[in-house]
Amino acid sequence: MELSYYPGCTLKTRAKNFEDSTIASMAALGINLKEISRWNCCGAVYSLADDDLIHQLAPVRDLIRVKEQEQGKVVVLCSLCFNTLKRANLLMRNDAEKRKTLNTFMDEEIDYNGEVEVVHLLEVLRDDIGWKTISDKLKVPLKNLKLAPYYGCTLLRPREVAIDQVERPTILHQLIQALGAEPIDFPFATKCCGSFQVVGNQAAERSY
Amino acid sequence: MRVGVLSEKACGDLAKKVKEISKEDVLSCYQCGMCSAGCPVAFAMDLPPRQIIRLLQLGLEEDIAKSKTIWLCTSCLTCSVRCPRGLDLAKVMEALRLISLRKNIDYVRPAEISRDALAELPQIVLVSSLRKHTA
Repeated sequence: MELSYYPGCTLKTRAKNFEDSTIASMAALGINLKEISRWNCCGAVYSLADDDLIHQLAPVRDLIRVKEQEQGKVVVLCSLCFNTLKRANLLMRNDAEKRKTLNTFMDEEIDYNGEVEVVHLLEVLRDDIGWKTISDKLKVPLKNLKLAPYYGCTLLRPREVAIDQVERPTILHQLIQALGAEPIDFPFATKCCGSFQVVGNQAAERSY
Repeated sequence: MRVGVLSEKACGDLAKKVKEISKEDVLSCYQCGMCSAGCPVAFAMDLPPRQIIRLLQLGLEEDIAKSKTIWLCTSCLTCSVRCPRGLDLAKVMEALRLISLRKNIDYVRPAEISRDALAELPQIVLVSSLRKHTA
């Protein structure tokens, strides 16, 4: 099976190992991840202002690339890109007025109405492959290893983009179990990591 | 006699501007404090999120301007998903930041980011910081 995938800046640079290991693991599970061509920045953070449409252009253009390449679904690995792309997609799907404005503004592009589905890698593992298949294909079980699952914000909030239950997610716990390790109870599993605040607020950074 | 403190009249210009930008109505807040209780950054804030909303309701703009709270908000949306009144506080904080940023007053100066930080941080964190904290 082939799935189109959006990498984003960090997977091509500082987190190249994440991209390499994911492509190799997915190949072993029978899925060929095909990078979409001509992708651009996802916008990094979703614009929360109602009157700010210019910052929706970048993620919407990426979704147009997916639609052009006749792919119904795009897999995202980076959780920030996932959040931004999925929210921009919902905006295009649900807000007729803003959709019209954005489509008119990008008159060089084909019209986009939120046709593409944005999914995170963890959802593909759970819904398309399944924990059982992962367990069955396991070569080296992670025996006697205790792992703390960490979700953070962008995979779970807001509710409409959440890949699991907002307050009590279990998807990572399930993956850890499928890999033969033991997920431990981690009280900070859904707490904020500080994200971009590490750049501008060093004082706050220490406690995240 | 019933006294309606939370009327549009009592509300300041800033709250109206926030509503224009965010489409969120701070008058819907009844001050339960759920936002402050769950906020992962509240410990570092001089005013917790609930008090920012209260100051907006009362039109006390100077107190908000003096506070660092809006710049510490990470938009993690914990408050937004928990608010029993459905107020999206993250959008309110974003609107307050934008009111300042749109006057070209940056919170982060790119030239002051250290070389060590540039060499170490994931690219997306730097892009997010510039998106959130510069005009």
